[in-house]
Amino acid sequence: MASRADRGIVSEWWWTIDRWFLAAFLALMVAGVVLSFAASPPVAERIGLEPFHFVKRHAFFLIPAVVTMLGCSMLTPRGVRRAALVIFCVSLVMMVLTLFIGTEIKGSRRWFDLGALSIQPSEFMKPAFIILCAWLFAERARRPDIPGNFFSIILLFVVDALLVAQPDLGQTLLITATWGGLFFMAGMPWLWIAILAVLGVVGGASAYLVFPHVASRIDRFWTGEGDTFQTDTAREAIMRGGWLGQGPGEGTVKRLLPDSHTDFAFSVLAEEYGIIACMILASVFCFIVVRGLSIALGQRDPFSRLAVSGLVFLFGLQSIINMAVNLQLMPAKGMTLPFISYGGSSMIAVAVSAGFILALTRKRPENASQTDRLVQRTAAYHGA
Amino acid sequence: MINFIKECRKEPEDLPASSFMLASRRRREVAMPRHRERFVIAVALFCAIYVVIGGRMAVWGAFPSDGGGYRYVPSQIMAARPDLLDRNGKVLATDIKTASLYAEPRRIVDADEAAELLLSVLPDLDPKTLHDRLSSKAGFAWLRRELTPRQQQEILKLGIPGIGFRTEKKRFYPGGPTAAHVVGLVNIDNQGIAGMEKYVDDAGYSALQSAGLAVDTDLKPVNLSLDLRVQHIVRDELAAAMQRYRSIAAGGVVLNVRTGEVLALASLPDYDPNNPVDALKKENLNRMSAGTFEMGSTFKTFTTAMALDSGLVKMTDSFDATKPIYIGGFRITDFHGKHRPLTVPEVFIYSSNIGSAKEAETVGIEGHKAFLTKMGLLTRMHTELPEVATPGQPKEWKLINSITISYGHGVMTTPLQTAVAAAALMNGGYLIPPTFLPRTEEQAAALAKQVVSKKTSDEMRYLFRLNVADDRGSGNLANIPGYKVGGKTGTANKVVGGKYSNTKKFNAFLSAFPIDNPQYVVLVVIDEPQPEPGKYYATAGMNAAPTVGAIIRRAAPLLKVKPDFGDSGKSLLVSY
Repeated sequence: MASRADRGIVSEWWWTIDRWFLAAFLALMVAGVVLSFAASPPVAERIGLEPFHFVKRHAFFLIPAVVTMLGCSMLTPRGVRRAALVIFCVSLVMMVLTLFIGTEIKGSRRWFDLGALSIQPSEFMKPAFIILCAWLFAERARRPDIPGNFFSIILLFVVDALLVAQPDLGQTLLITATWGGLFFMAGMPWLWIAILAVLGVVGGASAYLVFPHVASRIDRFWTGEGDTFQTDTAREAIMRGGWLGQGPGEGTVKRLLPDSHTDFAFSVLAEEYGIIACMILASVFCFIVVRGLSIALGQRDPFSRLAVSGLVFLFGLQSIINMAVNLQLMPAKGMTLPFISYGGSSMIAVAVSAGFILALTRKRPENASQTDRLVQRTAAYHGA
Repeated sequence: MINFIKECRKEPEDLPASSFMLASRRRREVAMPRHRERFVIAVALFCAIYVVIGGRMAVWGAFPSDGGGYRYVPSQIMAARPDLLDRNGKVLATDIKTASLYAEPRRIVDADEAAELLLSVLPDLDPKTLHDRLSSKAGFAWLRRELTPRQQQEILKLGIPGIGFRTEKKRFYPGGPTAAHVVGLVNIDNQGIAGMEKYVDDAGYSALQSAGLAVDTDLKPVNLSLDLRVQHIVRDELAAAMQRYRSIAAGGVVLNVRTGEVLALASLPDYDPNNPVDALKKENLNRMSAGTFEMGSTFKTFTTAMALDSGLVKMTDSFDATKPIYIGGFRITDFHGKHRPLTVPEVFIYSSNIGSAKEAETVGIEGHKAFLTKMGLLTRMHTELPEVATPGQPKEWKLINSITISYGHGVMTTPLQTAVAAAALMNGGYLIPPTFLPRTEEQAAALAKQVVSKKTSDEMRYLFRLNVADDRGSGNLANIPGYKVGGKTGTANKVVGGKYSNTKKFNAFLSAFPIDNPQYVVLVVIDEPQPEPGKYYATAGMNAAPTVGAIIRRAAPLLKVKPDFGDSGKSLLVSY
């Protein structure tokens, strides 16, 4: 590898990148490909494509995903902000357009058709939105005269309105919860947090009342009555797998699972590779969140601190919702498992998030812990 | 937006400069707290949630079958059924495992080749349909259910990719058609659809099956009351009779008079339940329980019993049969007309319509109706077999109805319930509901209902025996040495196009043996017999009676009825 003395872009990147994160993300990407061999063929067969259609596409999307992740990880914090701003503006415009010219799939307009490939702009909007909000909160914390909080609330409303219009309540929930997490991490007063929590509950209740499919899903979760085919089948798949799984390609219940390659990929993983493998996967996500938050805590720059926290929240919440639905801990809600579930847009967008995390957690002089400790010791010595 | 960008340009200049200046650093630390406790809370929350997720996985891993939402959909194809056995434990129906051939057309490499190879083993498959199925884009297609092991082996040898076998349970009836109507049959999904197979399902087995408890467990076999040996004899003799008398159908039942158990019940034509292609043909129905007929003169048994049991008629009483009865434009005559007053036994053995009509007249219309109802001849019989027809009777009973019913026209009953009612006249007067499951005499006694007096029963036994043993009786041909058969013939004209036909007859012989202590009732019916070559008549005495005789001759030893040849018989044995 490059010498430490070499100050070129690549060697600079290699010596400053957080390799634990890099390893975790690459491991998830590889796991996603391996798992797609289990989860996608039955779906492809069911809709009349050749069995490895989705596997091939998954592997194909991995190349731009890795490139995107590494490319984003080269950015400086300022570059991250700029990129986020551009991505956010473009995806916001596209989200508005999808409402009018988007392809309607299963009753929602989320997809933007670009000839050969279709794009889900809301996936790209998520990391960009988090970065922008982190920046607004950070600016506001540094200079109270900037109405950062106010702007971020407006952004949240705009984004939520567009997501509800699609409608995509899962993403709305995710983005709002992540924003709430940022709000909390930015050190806002507890009173405000309480007020926002109440507003969140009101929003959830109104979703229950306004959208019949939301109500029916929640009812089904609480009562266990009605059509619980998907979640029950997922449960059967997990239980059939047991601790060690049925073995690759040996799953049978997966064939009954309608969304085995996306929302219920976790259950397929359990059936074929076993619960222990699932636990390892869950612990990788947990590791990303915990490491992200602990690195964020060490960041001197408030923007990096909040942005990294927000991005790992997004990562963590998405994985938690997906796994909790598979394990019947939550009402059924379509949510992809980052890097694992099939989906081109989702994978590239997750790669953008991962790239941003890597970029913001790179070792920077101002965060050098030795200096930090020296400064603290000096301060203590001087009795400050 | 532009402002924001300017803002972020300013920032980097501040940072490096400030990081080395202690004073400015400390000021900024105060201004911008890190909120360490919030990071701790966030980490704790996330970890807690991941622990819950891990815990749930651990619970599911440790107790895989636990939980109410967990559904197991049993494959009915693989579900086992209990064996059906006869009263001696001989197998009537059992499960065997067979392989069924399916294809996964999407995996088939060369549909032409696959179709050609399969046809070499299964030449009866339709080549076009087979090829269409194999070359379709479907994921799954049945090619042939229930192959023989040899066929399966040969197909395996072909080594065609994309085809496979599924093990299925197939119901197998070792006796073939022998007891087809009693045992019944199952559909291709192994659900009972007729006979005792359906009864077993209705009696809770199907609930067991759908609850998933009937899979691969050794179910307790179900014994039936049938005796396979007697069943075979009955069917064999009926088949011979059908051929000899060129009838369209024949039926027979052997009933234990003390327990109500059906030892044998056959109805021809029948079908092979192993290949039930014509199980639903109309002529193959179970005539003994699902067909209703005007039983003809065998009904005089009940008329006589009614008259005697009412106390209004004694055995020694006579009825004037000199002249026909004219009523409502009908003329009622006797087939074996004697044109003189007849005693009760004479009315019975000469089968006098006029005498029977007068007996019924003595009792009265209401009494007649009540008696037949009491004997269970006017209502639907209750037994395990699902195929049971409801008798037909006039909406309103007038004198003419009572008169015709007295000699067996105007009421349609099933042959089985006729036999059941006759058993009550033989066993001392107790009506016992029939059963196809084993039953002891004690159990039967609990269900029995006294319908006629012991005295009437004794007199009826005398009349039955007289009709067979006496030269004047119509049932002579059923007289089997040693078994003391008694019985009543019946030759009914069938209704064809709303009128009684003179050529189409429904013959029956209702008998019991050994008559001094009856154990079994044997009823044989022969539908539309022709006279035997060289004979002029096709009356019941000429065909149904000898068939009963043949059945008793062969079956009685198996039914453990001890022959009694009387004094002459004993000397014969000694001198032999």
